[in-house]
Amino acid sequence: MDILIGILEQGLIYSIMALGIYITYKVLNFPDLTVDGSFPLGAAITASLMTNTDSALISSITLGHNPYIICIYALISGGIAGLITGIIHVKFKVRDLISGIITMTGLYSINLRIAGSANVPIFNMDTIFSNNFVYNLFPKALLKYNVLIIGFAITFGIKLILDIYLRTKSGYLLRAVGTNSVLVTTLAKDSGNVKILGIVIANSLVALGGSIMMQQQGFFEITMGTGAMVLGLASVIIGTNLFKKINFVKATTAVIFGSMIYKASMSVAMDISFTKASDMRLVTSILFLIILIAGQVKNKKVKIFVRVKEYLQDI
Amino acid sequence: MLELKNIYKTFNEGTVNESKLFSDFNLKVEKNDFVSIVGNNGSGKTSLINIICGSLDIDKGQIIVKGEDITKKKDFLRYQNIGRVYQDPSMGTCTEMTVLENMALADNKGKSYNLGRGTRKNRISYYKESLSKLNLGLENKLNIKVGELSGGQRQGMALLMATMTPIEFLILDEHTAALDPKTADIVMELTCKVVREKNITTIMVTHNIKYALEYGNRIIMLNQGRIALDRTNEEKEDLTVDKVFSIY
Repeated sequence: MDILIGILEQGLIYSIMALGIYITYKVLNFPDLTVDGSFPLGAAITASLMTNTDSALISSITLGHNPYIICIYALISGGIAGLITGIIHVKFKVRDLISGIITMTGLYSINLRIAGSANVPIFNMDTIFSNNFVYNLFPKALLKYNVLIIGFAITFGIKLILDIYLRTKSGYLLRAVGTNSVLVTTLAKDSGNVKILGIVIANSLVALGGSIMMQQQGFFEITMGTGAMVLGLASVIIGTNLFKKINFVKATTAVIFGSMIYKASMSVAMDISFTKASDMRLVTSILFLIILIAGQVKNKKVKIFVRVKEYLQDI
Repeated sequence: MLELKNIYKTFNEGTVNESKLFSDFNLKVEKNDFVSIVGNNGSGKTSLINIICGSLDIDKGQIIVKGEDITKKKDFLRYQNIGRVYQDPSMGTCTEMTVLENMALADNKGKSYNLGRGTRKNRISYYKESLSKLNLGLENKLNIKVGELSGGQRQGMALLMATMTPIEFLILDEHTAALDPKTADIVMELTCKVVREKNITTIMVTHNIKYALEYGNRIIMLNQGRIALDRTNEEKEDLTVDKVFSIY
């Protein structure tokens, strides 16, 4: 039971990041590697704003280290990281992958500067999951599930906002630029700026995910971004492939489910007796490869099935 | 209306592949003209259109629209007054969005793409009506992704979307070339209807000489960046496909 709750918690929190990757990878068609830097950036900002209790300035801008206000700063920091990648790609015409790598690499040092060291614990600090407000609000029996409930509320809140946004005029333009940037130009809009906007939104969500992840695990570590991109991408691909045929499941919901399925399969793989904790990245990459291949096989099978059906109908 | 003055354009300047396309090229298009541009591959038809739309920079010269010099104007800003239909039917629409969403997207051209609702409910009946005028059955496919439509249906939509908001120029870039002959005829007929209805100045690049003669009031033939033939109104009436081929 505890394992299952753990999977759900982690799946929910990581899916905030996965929703960001959904925007760049699926909507914008932009393979954005900034993620590996902006995920820990959100965590680093959060660690720094939470632990610098001596600074009067930080106390005042965060309304006394309020964790919810700190989350907003994490969100903004990710947006800035995305803005940099976007400008490098659009204004200086650097290739998409390279633009992300440049920002990601730079962010590694910036994250260390912001956090102060490679590992910052935040034990005994107020987080969005455990603070007086939550303790007063939740009945005792539910307090055990605080992460699950709050994580669920935040993730589905973000999903709803994203769904609504993608149906606005601005959202329409964002969806159009990913499949056909020429159309956006003929609509008399600067397609480059639309692209930048999308990368900013995506990385804001990724950094928010980093901040929340860090508050759940109780410490910041510089390596927490490594593989974030692969993890998010796997969630997006699992989700959108599995639920492709089911019309009433929105892509955003599918991504959240994808994230949980991925976390579950990771935990199964890590449970096998001969795997060690240090094998995690290897398992991550192998699992990701399996998902990619399985997606292709499934498509082929569907095609064969359709052909057989047509053939049977002919006779 | 539209004037190209002393245009110079050389590709790959300073390399072994250097090729001079336009040198001192001049063209004037009057208001409400329907100009068909024909010519061989490499004659500069598409480059000409790209120069007008701003997706291709020129080395020297001036582009003037209604007395305003737009030579330095960015491409997306020029499209405020230009509608364009491409050869590839997927270029004029967003294949991942539904018919309705595409219509709403085009309907908002010239206005701000803000956080307002993407598809306004009170416009849906108008979209349905304009789609039904195409006679392609699109009015019953409002919630289907454009990517699932046929090439002809998509090109019909692209035409509708390009001319939905007030524009001064319509640029048709071989917009029937990727369609089968029958669909091409339908799309060409639609084009003619829309242009006449809205009185839009039109420039059409085509490989189909029959269309070039049949539609529009002016025909221009390009040959290696020069105008080899330019006939308007009555002068154009006398031309036949054979005569045009003899100059080709």
